[in-house]
Amino acid sequence: MRQQELMEMAQNERDRQSKYRCRLLCCASTPCISSGALAVEEALKKAVEAEGLQAEVETVATGCLGPCSRGPLVTVRQQGRSDIIYEGVTPQLASKIIDKHFKGQAAPELEKQAIPEDWPFFAKQTKLVLAESGNVDPEKIDSYLAQNGFTALLHALREMTPEEVCAEMGKSGLRGRGGAGFPTGVKWDMVRKAPGERKYVVANGDEGDPGAYMDRTLMESDPFRVLEGMAIAGYAVGADQGFIYVRGEYPLAAKRLEKAIRQAERKGLLGSRILDSNFNFRIDIRMGAGAFVCGEETALMQSIMGRRGQPVPRPPFPANRGLWGSPTLINNVETFGNITTVISKGATFYASYGTEKSKGAKIFALAGKVNNTGLIEVPIGITLREIVYDIGGGIPGGRPFKAAQTGGPSGGCIPAEYLDVPIDYETLQKLGSIMGSGGLIVMDDQSCMPDVAKFFMEFCMDESCGKCGPCRGGTVQMHRILDKITNGSATMEDLDRLQELCMMVKETSLCGLGQTCPNPIYSTLRYFRDEYEAHIKHHQCPAGVCQFTEKPLKIAVA
Amino acid sequence: MSEAGQGKKDAGNGGEDPRYKGIDRVLKRLQFKQDGLIEVLTAAQEAFGYLPEEVMIYVARQLKLPFSWVYGVATFYHFFSLKPQGKHNAIVCLGTACYVGRANDIVDAISKEYSVEPGHTTPDGELTLTTTRCLGCCGLAPVVVFENQVLGKETPEGTVGKIRTVLAGGSLGTVAAGQVEEASAT
Ligand SMILES: Cc1cc2nc3c(=O)[nH]c(=O)nc-3n(C[C@H](O)[C@H](O)[C@H](O)COP(=O)(O)O)c2cc1C
Repeated sequence: MRQQELMEMAQNERDRQSKYRCRLLCCASTPCISSGALAVEEALKKAVEAEGLQAEVETVATGCLGPCSRGPLVTVRQQGRSDIIYEGVTPQLASKIIDKHFKGQAAPELEKQAIPEDWPFFAKQTKLVLAESGNVDPEKIDSYLAQNGFTALLHALREMTPEEVCAEMGKSGLRGRGGAGFPTGVKWDMVRKAPGERKYVVANGDEGDPGAYMDRTLMESDPFRVLEGMAIAGYAVGADQGFIYVRGEYPLAAKRLEKAIRQAERKGLLGSRILDSNFNFRIDIRMGAGAFVCGEETALMQSIMGRRGQPVPRPPFPANRGLWGSPTLINNVETFGNITTVISKGATFYASYGTEKSKGAKIFALAGKVNNTGLIEVPIGITLREIVYDIGGGIPGGRPFKAAQTGGPSGGCIPAEYLDVPIDYETLQKLGSIMGSGGLIVMDDQSCMPDVAKFFMEFCMDESCGKCGPCRGGTVQMHRILDKITNGSATMEDLDRLQELCMMVKETSLCGLGQTCPNPIYSTLRYFRDEYEAHIKHHQCPAGVCQFTEKPLKIAVA
Repeated sequence: MSEAGQGKKDAGNGGEDPRYKGIDRVLKRLQFKQDGLIEVLTAAQEAFGYLPEEVMIYVARQLKLPFSWVYGVATFYHFFSLKPQGKHNAIVCLGTACYVGRANDIVDAISKEYSVEPGHTTPDGELTLTTTRCLGCCGLAPVVVFENQVLGKETPEGTVGKIRTVLAGGSLGTVAAGQVEEASAT
């Protein structure tokens, strides 16, 4: 395909869309589907047909809008008017939408479901990566092209050298969204300069952190953006083969990506001689089979090669020796989602968001004890208070905020006294947590902190791959002590032992899983030590979660 | 395996059981590349419901890999099961949001009602209780997947009630219209 054809196709689709007086956008991502979105979409289509409105009204299944607990969501987009979004739509309400908007009938039960235009949940967000999520049909490439899809790739191929693309990434200040926040420009340049005949690009969509689903949503809602980002990366580092590693629990994401790849190949936007250049790039999907540790980059590469997903020591880094011994670029799916924005709007525009050292916006999965749960994208540097109280709408029942957990099993808790610090990579690290991939779980006074630590330790214990001793054995022992603390059989010596173990596992484990798994303990001990002591000394659980069924063993000292 | 490579098909299995056809198709598509082992095992599990030893031996021969290698991979990933699964599978999500929403109580309730530990199947082969790590439906926490439907905002009594209905021959009805699509690597 040539540039002109691309432009024409985009224009045709825009013309086609503008023929409709109204478009009904029906969110069809996993959470809305589980609340019944497919039945709603059916009902909308039927109602449109029943009224003979097919030529004027189009029903489209789109990606995620964000407020997942309120699904199914339907957006009514009428020309020349601002969008109206309805929450909790049922098939019955769906026909009311037609009644109200096309037949002028009053529908009070529907009006109750309209989300107010100035709802802070939306107003406080900055959508860079999710800009088209909920807007485009993730299963139709034309829909993406109409929003200037693949023009960033075109621009990179025509106007920029690979060096310039890497430099632009560096200038944008984009940092990896997979957790560690490694500067993306630096990584790309390393792979570009690495000697090797073949190179690979890998998108990490394993997203194992419990409570996080940003990557799934992006893959489900705007798969073409991820593919375009990967293709630009392939051009920048000199790779002709890409892989997306999709977590096994995400069949819908895999299905949509698969479809997207086929469509892009058919249009010559992936494959050989892309957009009439000399650049060839193919993308294949690899499905995970349920192993958290496969999110770790070296383990992930083992898994792509069909082996047990066990990490290998670094160096050599994947940038030098990765898949089949060749230089490999691994980035998170969300990182790839940022690429088109950087290229098409420019590094300077991108860097205008965020803080001095952390640029752009970050997607968070807001969950737990907040009124509005869902997926949000906020400029880095926003405060936790704005997220929890403005976007999240506070805690149900007006209960007090106790802590927010970020970074999953590698992260920690941020207590109430830090509600007003800016959320960025450095600040979170100073507070003993990490940015992580973007899970943000809010806890109220009914969560018991030693029990939370135990929850994450159980996770790490189950998911430890067993290759290195400190992690394999250490997680079991740490879990045992936490179990003792929460059942009443621990002594203060156990607490000291726990801290020793934390240090040992952190310092001597092979990969990030072991090195970071003590973090939830460190951070809960740092801010909630009194809770641990209440458990051990007084057999009291301030949150009322733990049952003290055991007693400490009395060892008679001779 | 020493006899690896001898004969393309193991007459005993590959010849008769139609379920081997699905595996063969994936093997061919992947051109018998050893890197494709996980995909082949996924196809095998889809065909058989679990991974019986003969099937793993068959896959090992076809890919010219040692059996221990195939066994090692099959036991590493949570998705693969070496034991037959129950007729119905209740999957309770234990992600963080579900944990905060007390999903543990749901596991305990099912476990007590049917005397089955997580990861196991009832002796009559009716129900398997599984726990999983985050299905990414945190807005609906706590979440249970039963009869391939994602059920949100569950309670211990509610879930056990639904399981009881289905085991007694009833259906879930349209509690949640969401149908989880079958995991498939193809
Ligand atoms: C135990 C463990 C689990 C990880 N899980 C993920 C994951 O689910 N998704 C992800 O993108 N990165 C994950 N990572 C980080 C990756 O190793 C790697 O740093 C990342 O994919 C690099 O991409 P980025 O530079 O775009 O952040 C994990 C790391 C460790 C140690």
